[in-house]
Amino acid sequence: MDYIVILIAAVFVNNIVLSQFLGICPFLGVSNKVSTSIGMSGAVLFVMTIATLATYLLHQFILVPAGLDYLRTITFILVIAALVQMVEIILKKVSPPLYQALGVFLPLITTNCAVLGVAILALGLENGSLLKAVFFAIANSLGFALALIVFASIREHLELANIPKGMKGVPINLLVAGLLSLAFLGFTGLV
Amino acid sequence: MAEKINQKQNFLKGIVKENPIFVMLLGMCPTLGVTSSAFNGFGMGVATLFVLLMSNMVVSLVKKQIPSKVRIPAFIIIIASFVTIVEMVLEAYVPFLYEQLGIFIPLIVVNCLILGRAEAFASKNGLLASILDALGMGLGFVMALTVLGATREILGSGSLFGLQFVPENANTFILFILPPGAFIALAYLTVLFNKITVKTS
Repeated sequence: MDYIVILIAAVFVNNIVLSQFLGICPFLGVSNKVSTSIGMSGAVLFVMTIATLATYLLHQFILVPAGLDYLRTITFILVIAALVQMVEIILKKVSPPLYQALGVFLPLITTNCAVLGVAILALGLENGSLLKAVFFAIANSLGFALALIVFASIREHLELANIPKGMKGVPINLLVAGLLSLAFLGFTGLV
Repeated sequence: MAEKINQKQNFLKGIVKENPIFVMLLGMCPTLGVTSSAFNGFGMGVATLFVLLMSNMVVSLVKKQIPSKVRIPAFIIIIASFVTIVEMVLEAYVPFLYEQLGIFIPLIVVNCLILGRAEAFASKNGLLASILDALGMGLGFVMALTVLGATREILGSGSLFGLQFVPENANTFILFILPPGAFIALAYLTVLFNKITVKTS
Protein backbone atom coordinates (compact mmCIF):
# COMPACT_ATOMS: atom_id res chain seq x y z
CA MET A 1 0.00 0.00 0.00
CA ASP A 2 2.82 2.32 0.99
CA TYR A 3 4.42 1.78 -2.37
CA ILE A 4 1.26 2.55 -4.35
CA VAL A 5 0.92 5.82 -2.43
CA ILE A 6 4.56 6.73 -3.20
CA LEU A 7 4.01 5.96 -6.88
CA ILE A 8 0.83 8.04 -7.25
CA ALA A 9 2.24 10.89 -5.17
CA ALA A 10 5.46 11.06 -7.18
CA VAL A 11 3.92 10.77 -10.63
CA PHE A 12 0.78 12.88 -10.27
CA VAL A 13 0.41 14.81 -7.02
CA ASN A 14 3.94 16.04 -6.36
CA ASN A 15 5.22 15.72 -9.89
CA ILE A 16 8.94 16.33 -9.72
CA VAL A 17 9.01 18.81 -12.59
CA LEU A 18 5.65 20.50 -12.52
CA SER A 19 5.16 20.97 -8.80
CA GLN A 20 8.61 20.57 -7.25
CA PHE A 21 10.59 22.35 -9.97
CA LEU A 22 13.46 19.88 -10.16
CA GLY A 23 15.00 19.15 -13.53
CA ILE A 24 13.63 22.23 -15.27
CA CYS A 25 16.71 22.60 -17.50
CA PRO A 26 16.26 19.30 -19.41
CA PHE A 27 12.49 19.85 -19.24
CA LEU A 28 12.82 23.07 -21.24
CA GLY A 29 15.97 22.09 -23.13
CA VAL A 30 15.36 18.68 -24.69
CA SER A 31 11.60 18.78 -25.11
CA ASN A 32 11.33 19.94 -28.71
CA LYS A 33 10.85 16.40 -30.07
CA VAL A 34 9.01 13.44 -28.59
CA SER A 35 11.75 11.02 -29.65
CA THR A 36 14.54 12.91 -27.84
CA SER A 37 12.38 13.34 -24.76
CA ILE A 38 11.83 9.58 -24.59
CA GLY A 39 15.61 9.04 -24.80
CA MET A 40 16.21 11.58 -22.05
CA SER A 41 13.54 9.99 -19.84
CA GLY A 42 15.19 6.60 -20.26
CA ALA A 43 18.58 7.99 -19.30
CA VAL A 44 17.13 9.74 -16.24
CA LEU A 45 15.34 6.57 -15.12
CA PHE A 46 18.59 4.67 -15.39
CA VAL A 47 20.86 7.18 -13.65
CA MET A 48 18.40 8.31 -10.98
CA THR A 49 17.77 4.74 -9.83
CA ILE A 50 21.45 3.81 -9.63
CA ALA A 51 22.42 7.15 -8.09
CA THR A 52 19.81 6.90 -5.35
CA LEU A 53 20.88 3.32 -4.60
CA ALA A 54 24.53 4.39 -4.30
CA THR A 55 23.96 7.58 -2.31
CA TYR A 56 21.51 5.90 0.08
CA LEU A 57 24.05 3.19 0.90
CA LEU A 58 26.84 5.78 1.20
CA HIS A 59 24.74 7.87 3.58
CA GLN A 60 23.54 4.93 5.70
CA PHE A 61 26.81 3.02 6.05
CA ILE A 62 29.54 5.63 5.82
CA LEU A 63 28.39 9.20 6.45
CA VAL A 64 26.01 8.60 9.36
CA PRO A 65 28.18 6.12 11.35
CA ALA A 66 31.20 8.40 10.89
CA GLY A 67 29.26 11.53 11.86
CA LEU A 68 30.02 13.19 8.55
CA ASP A 69 26.48 14.09 7.63
CA TYR A 70 27.52 17.65 6.77
CA LEU A 71 29.54 16.32 3.83
CA ARG A 72 26.32 15.09 2.23
CA THR A 73 26.18 17.65 -0.60
CA ILE A 74 29.83 17.28 -1.64
CA THR A 75 29.92 13.49 -1.53
CA PHE A 76 26.58 13.03 -3.27
CA ILE A 77 27.43 15.24 -6.22
CA LEU A 78 30.81 13.55 -6.63
CA VAL A 79 29.26 10.10 -6.50
CA ILE A 80 26.67 11.13 -9.08
CA ALA A 81 29.28 12.67 -11.39
CA ALA A 82 31.50 9.60 -11.15
CA LEU A 83 28.55 7.28 -11.60
CA VAL A 84 27.41 9.00 -14.76
CA GLN A 85 30.89 8.65 -16.26
CA MET A 86 31.02 5.00 -15.24
CA VAL A 87 27.59 4.23 -16.67
CA GLU A 88 28.69 5.85 -19.91
CA ILE A 89 31.85 3.73 -20.16
CA ILE A 90 30.10 0.50 -19.22
CA LEU A 91 27.19 1.07 -21.61
CA LYS A 92 29.60 1.75 -24.45
CA LYS A 93 31.27 -1.64 -23.92
CA VAL A 94 28.33 -3.78 -22.87
CA SER A 95 25.41 -2.54 -24.88
CA PRO A 96 26.22 -0.32 -27.88
CA PRO A 97 22.56 -0.01 -29.02
CA LEU A 98 21.50 1.26 -25.58
CA TYR A 99 24.51 3.57 -25.56
CA GLN A 100 23.45 4.98 -28.90
CA ALA A 101 19.98 5.65 -27.61
CA LEU A 102 21.01 7.24 -24.30
CA GLY A 103 24.62 8.27 -24.84
CA VAL A 104 24.21 11.91 -25.75
CA PHE A 105 21.98 12.56 -22.76
CA LEU A 106 24.24 11.06 -20.11
CA PRO A 107 26.73 13.96 -19.68
CA LEU A 108 23.80 16.38 -19.35
CA ILE A 109 22.42 14.44 -16.43
CA THR A 110 25.24 15.30 -14.02
CA THR A 111 23.90 18.82 -13.75
CA ASN A 112 20.29 17.69 -13.72
CA CYS A 113 19.19 18.80 -10.29
CA ALA A 114 16.42 16.19 -10.28
CA VAL A 115 19.00 13.44 -9.71
CA LEU A 116 20.67 15.12 -6.73
CA GLY A 117 17.30 16.35 -5.48
CA VAL A 118 15.73 12.89 -5.45
CA ALA A 119 18.85 11.39 -3.83
CA ILE A 120 18.52 13.92 -0.98
CA LEU A 121 14.72 13.67 -0.72
CA ALA A 122 14.94 9.87 -0.57
CA LEU A 123 16.82 10.18 2.74
CA GLY A 124 13.84 11.88 4.34
CA LEU A 125 11.19 9.27 3.51
CA GLU A 126 9.03 7.99 6.36
CA ASN A 127 10.11 4.54 7.64
CA GLY A 128 12.79 4.67 4.99
CA SER A 129 14.50 1.56 3.73
CA LEU A 130 16.79 0.92 0.80
CA LEU A 131 14.00 -0.68 -1.20
CA LYS A 132 11.70 2.27 -0.54
CA ALA A 133 14.36 4.79 -1.56
CA VAL A 134 15.01 2.99 -4.84
CA PHE A 135 11.29 2.68 -5.51
CA PHE A 136 10.93 6.41 -4.77
CA ALA A 137 13.61 7.15 -7.37
CA ILE A 138 11.89 4.97 -9.98
CA ALA A 139 8.51 6.59 -9.28
CA ASN A 140 10.00 10.08 -9.58
CA SER A 141 11.73 9.30 -12.84
CA LEU A 142 8.41 8.03 -14.20
CA GLY A 143 6.90 11.35 -13.13
CA PHE A 144 9.72 13.14 -14.94
CA ALA A 145 9.12 11.02 -18.06
CA LEU A 146 5.38 11.73 -18.02
CA ALA A 147 5.84 15.48 -17.72
CA LEU A 148 8.61 15.61 -20.33
CA ILE A 149 6.82 13.49 -22.95
CA VAL A 150 3.47 15.28 -22.57
CA PHE A 151 5.25 18.64 -22.80
CA ALA A 152 7.22 17.56 -25.89
CA SER A 153 4.04 16.40 -27.64
CA ILE A 154 2.41 19.78 -26.99
CA ARG A 155 5.51 21.60 -28.26
CA GLU A 156 5.49 19.59 -31.49
CA HIS A 157 1.97 20.88 -32.14
CA LEU A 158 2.89 24.42 -31.12
CA GLU A 159 5.29 24.68 -34.03
CA LEU A 160 2.33 24.93 -36.37
CA ALA A 161 0.43 27.40 -34.21
CA ASN A 162 0.22 31.10 -34.89
CA ILE A 163 1.92 32.68 -31.88
CA PRO A 164 2.15 36.46 -31.23
CA LYS A 165 5.64 37.74 -32.02
CA GLY A 166 6.62 38.72 -28.49
CA MET A 167 5.53 35.37 -27.07
CA LYS A 168 7.60 33.22 -29.43
CA GLY A 169 10.27 30.93 -28.01
CA VAL A 170 10.78 30.87 -24.28
CA PRO A 171 7.66 32.70 -23.05
CA ILE A 172 5.16 30.46 -24.84
CA ASN A 173 6.97 27.36 -23.57
CA LEU A 174 6.85 28.63 -20.02
CA LEU A 175 3.17 29.46 -20.41
CA VAL A 176 2.41 25.96 -21.71
CA ALA A 177 4.39 24.48 -18.80
CA GLY A 178 2.30 26.64 -16.47
CA LEU A 179 -0.97 25.36 -17.93
CA LEU A 180 0.32 21.78 -17.72
CA SER A 181 1.24 22.37 -14.09
CA LEU A 182 -2.24 23.78 -13.52
CA ALA A 183 -3.70 20.57 -14.92
CA PHE A 184 -1.56 18.52 -12.54
CA LEU A 185 -2.81 20.67 -9.67
CA GLY A 186 -6.11 18.87 -10.19
CA PHE A 187 -4.55 15.73 -8.67
CA THR A 188 -4.06 17.50 -5.31
CA GLY A 189 -5.68 15.55 -2.50
CA LEU A 190 -5.58 12.25 -4.37
CA VAL A 191 -3.40 10.66 -1.71
CA MET B 1 41.25 53.58 -20.44
CA ALA B 2 40.11 50.88 -22.84
CA GLU B 3 40.58 48.33 -20.10
CA LYS B 4 38.40 50.32 -17.72
CA ILE B 5 35.52 50.37 -20.19
CA ASN B 6 36.01 46.66 -20.69
CA GLN B 7 35.75 45.96 -16.97
CA LYS B 8 32.62 48.06 -16.73
CA GLN B 9 31.02 46.08 -19.54
CA ASN B 10 32.15 42.92 -17.84
CA PHE B 11 30.16 43.88 -14.79
CA LEU B 12 27.11 45.27 -16.56
CA LYS B 13 26.56 42.47 -19.06
CA GLY B 14 25.16 40.12 -16.42
CA ILE B 15 22.53 42.59 -15.31
CA VAL B 16 20.77 43.27 -18.61
CA LYS B 17 22.35 42.01 -21.82
CA GLU B 18 23.18 38.51 -20.63
CA ASN B 19 20.80 38.33 -17.69
CA PRO B 20 21.06 34.76 -16.39
CA ILE B 21 17.30 34.29 -16.02
CA PHE B 22 15.55 36.31 -18.69
CA VAL B 23 18.10 35.91 -21.47
CA MET B 24 20.27 32.86 -20.79
CA LEU B 25 17.73 30.75 -18.87
CA LEU B 26 20.31 29.41 -16.43
CA GLY B 27 19.43 28.21 -12.95
CA MET B 28 15.73 27.83 -13.60
CA CYS B 29 15.00 25.32 -10.83
CA PRO B 30 15.56 27.65 -7.85
CA THR B 31 14.10 30.52 -9.87
CA LEU B 32 10.77 28.79 -10.15
CA GLY B 33 10.92 26.79 -6.96
CA VAL B 34 11.52 29.37 -4.24
CA THR B 35 10.02 32.61 -5.55
CA SER B 36 6.62 32.38 -3.89
CA SER B 37 7.57 35.56 -1.99
CA ALA B 38 9.95 38.45 -2.60
CA PHE B 39 12.00 37.70 0.52
CA ASN B 40 12.56 34.05 -0.43
CA GLY B 41 13.61 35.06 -3.91
CA PHE B 42 16.00 37.66 -2.52
CA GLY B 43 17.46 35.20 0.01
CA MET B 44 18.04 32.56 -2.62
CA GLY B 45 19.57 35.17 -4.92
CA VAL B 46 22.03 36.36 -2.27
CA ALA B 47 23.02 32.79 -1.33
CA THR B 48 23.70 32.05 -5.00
CA LEU B 49 25.57 35.36 -5.45
CA PHE B 50 27.88 34.43 -2.56
CA VAL B 51 28.63 30.96 -3.93
CA LEU B 52 29.13 32.34 -7.44
CA LEU B 53 31.51 35.07 -6.26
CA MET B 54 33.61 32.73 -4.12
CA SER B 55 33.77 29.95 -6.71
CA ASN B 56 34.66 32.37 -9.51
CA MET B 57 37.45 33.81 -7.34
CA VAL B 58 38.90 30.45 -6.37
CA VAL B 59 38.63 29.01 -9.87
CA SER B 60 40.38 32.00 -11.41
CA LEU B 61 43.16 31.74 -8.80
CA VAL B 62 43.85 28.02 -9.20
CA LYS B 63 43.05 27.67 -12.90
CA LYS B 64 46.68 27.02 -13.81
CA GLN B 65 47.03 24.19 -11.28
CA ILE B 66 43.99 22.24 -12.51
CA PRO B 67 44.65 19.79 -15.36
CA SER B 68 42.05 20.43 -18.02
CA LYS B 69 40.83 16.82 -18.06
CA VAL B 70 39.58 16.89 -14.48
CA ARG B 71 38.52 20.53 -14.40
CA ILE B 72 34.76 19.91 -14.20
CA PRO B 73 34.94 17.63 -11.12
CA ALA B 74 37.41 20.08 -9.56
CA PHE B 75 35.03 23.00 -10.15
CA ILE B 76 32.17 20.99 -8.69
CA ILE B 77 34.15 20.30 -5.49
CA ILE B 78 34.99 24.00 -5.13
CA ILE B 79 31.35 24.95 -5.62
CA ALA B 80 30.08 22.21 -3.29
CA SER B 81 32.41 23.37 -0.50
CA PHE B 82 30.98 26.89 -0.60
CA VAL B 83 27.43 25.55 -0.80
CA THR B 84 28.08 23.55 2.36
CA ILE B 85 29.29 26.73 4.07
CA VAL B 86 26.15 28.61 2.98
CA GLU B 87 23.99 25.72 4.17
CA MET B 88 25.57 25.77 7.64
CA VAL B 89 25.47 29.56 7.99
CA LEU B 90 21.82 29.76 6.96
CA GLU B 91 20.84 26.93 9.30
CA ALA B 92 22.59 28.65 12.21
CA TYR B 93 21.63 32.29 11.68
CA VAL B 94 18.52 32.43 9.45
CA PRO B 95 16.65 29.19 10.31
CA PHE B 96 13.41 30.66 8.93
CA LEU B 97 14.90 31.10 5.46
CA TYR B 98 16.66 27.72 5.74
CA GLU B 99 13.26 26.05 6.26
CA GLN B 100 11.67 27.96 3.39
CA LEU B 101 14.37 27.24 0.82
CA GLY B 102 14.71 23.61 1.92
CA ILE B 103 16.08 21.28 -0.72
CA PHE B 104 17.03 24.16 -3.00
CA ILE B 105 20.02 25.12 -0.82
CA PRO B 106 22.05 21.94 -1.46
CA LEU B 107 20.86 22.16 -5.06
CA ILE B 108 22.81 25.41 -5.56
CA VAL B 109 25.63 22.96 -6.43
CA VAL B 110 23.92 21.97 -9.65
CA ASN B 111 22.83 25.50 -10.55
CA CYS B 112 24.07 25.66 -14.14
CA LEU B 113 24.76 29.39 -13.76
CA ILE B 114 27.62 28.80 -11.30
CA LEU B 115 29.31 25.94 -13.13
CA GLY B 116 28.69 27.78 -16.39
CA ARG B 117 30.53 30.93 -15.23
CA ALA B 118 33.39 28.88 -13.76
CA GLU B 119 33.83 27.03 -17.03
CA ALA B 120 33.12 29.83 -19.49
CA PHE B 121 34.67 32.79 -17.70
CA ALA B 122 36.69 32.27 -14.53
CA SER B 123 38.82 29.46 -15.97
CA LYS B 124 39.99 31.81 -18.73
CA ASN B 125 40.21 35.22 -17.07
CA GLY B 126 42.06 37.00 -14.28
CA LEU B 127 40.94 37.57 -10.70
CA LEU B 128 39.49 41.07 -11.03
CA ALA B 129 37.58 40.29 -14.22
CA SER B 130 36.20 37.11 -12.62
CA ILE B 131 35.05 39.00 -9.53
CA LEU B 132 33.29 41.62 -11.65
CA ASP B 133 31.73 38.93 -13.81
CA ALA B 134 30.43 37.08 -10.73
CA LEU B 135 29.07 40.29 -9.19
CA GLY B 136 27.29 41.30 -12.40
CA MET B 137 25.81 37.87 -13.07
CA GLY B 138 24.95 37.41 -9.38
CA LEU B 139 23.20 40.79 -9.16
CA GLY B 140 21.29 40.02 -12.36
CA PHE B 141 20.19 36.79 -10.72
CA VAL B 142 19.22 38.47 -7.42
CA MET B 143 17.24 41.12 -9.28
CA ALA B 144 15.40 38.61 -11.45
CA LEU B 145 14.50 36.43 -8.47
CA THR B 146 13.39 39.38 -6.36
CA VAL B 147 11.23 40.83 -9.15
CA LEU B 148 9.67 37.43 -9.85
CA GLY B 149 9.11 36.84 -6.12
CA ALA B 150 7.62 40.31 -5.66
CA THR B 151 5.27 39.87 -8.63
CA ARG B 152 4.04 36.54 -7.33
CA GLU B 153 3.70 37.81 -3.76
CA ILE B 154 1.77 40.95 -4.77
CA LEU B 155 -0.63 39.02 -6.99
CA GLY B 156 -0.84 35.88 -4.88
CA SER B 157 -0.95 37.08 -1.29
CA GLY B 158 -1.46 40.83 -1.64
CA SER B 159 1.72 41.70 0.22
CA LEU B 160 5.31 42.71 -0.47
CA PHE B 161 8.27 41.56 1.64
CA GLY B 162 5.67 40.35 4.16
CA LEU B 163 3.86 43.70 4.43
CA GLN B 164 0.15 43.07 3.85
CA PHE B 165 -1.57 45.81 1.85
CA VAL B 166 -4.97 44.27 1.17
CA PRO B 167 -7.59 43.43 3.85
CA GLU B 168 -7.17 40.13 5.67
CA ASN B 169 -9.88 38.15 3.83
CA ALA B 170 -9.59 39.79 0.42
CA ASN B 171 -9.59 37.56 -2.65
CA THR B 172 -6.15 37.37 -4.22
CA PHE B 173 -4.83 35.35 -7.16
CA ILE B 174 -3.85 32.31 -5.10
CA LEU B 175 -2.74 30.76 -8.40
CA PHE B 176 0.39 32.89 -8.38
CA ILE B 177 1.82 31.45 -5.19
CA LEU B 178 1.05 27.91 -6.38
CA PRO B 179 3.46 26.10 -8.74
CA PRO B 180 1.66 27.00 -12.05
CA GLY B 181 1.91 30.69 -11.13
CA ALA B 182 5.71 30.46 -11.21
CA PHE B 183 5.74 29.41 -14.86
CA ILE B 184 3.04 31.89 -15.88
CA ALA B 185 4.56 34.87 -14.04
CA LEU B 186 8.03 34.14 -15.47
CA ALA B 187 6.56 33.80 -18.99
CA TYR B 188 5.03 37.28 -18.87
CA LEU B 189 8.04 38.83 -17.13
CA THR B 190 10.27 37.49 -19.93
CA VAL B 191 8.01 39.07 -22.53
CA LEU B 192 8.16 42.37 -20.63
CA PHE B 193 11.95 42.15 -20.26
CA ASN B 194 12.40 41.46 -23.98
CA LYS B 195 10.12 44.37 -24.86
CA ILE B 196 12.08 46.79 -22.67
CA THR B 197 15.53 45.66 -23.86
CA VAL B 198 14.51 45.74 -27.52
CA LYS B 199 13.25 49.30 -27.11
CA THR B 200 16.39 50.60 -25.39
CA SER B 201 18.92 48.98 -27.69
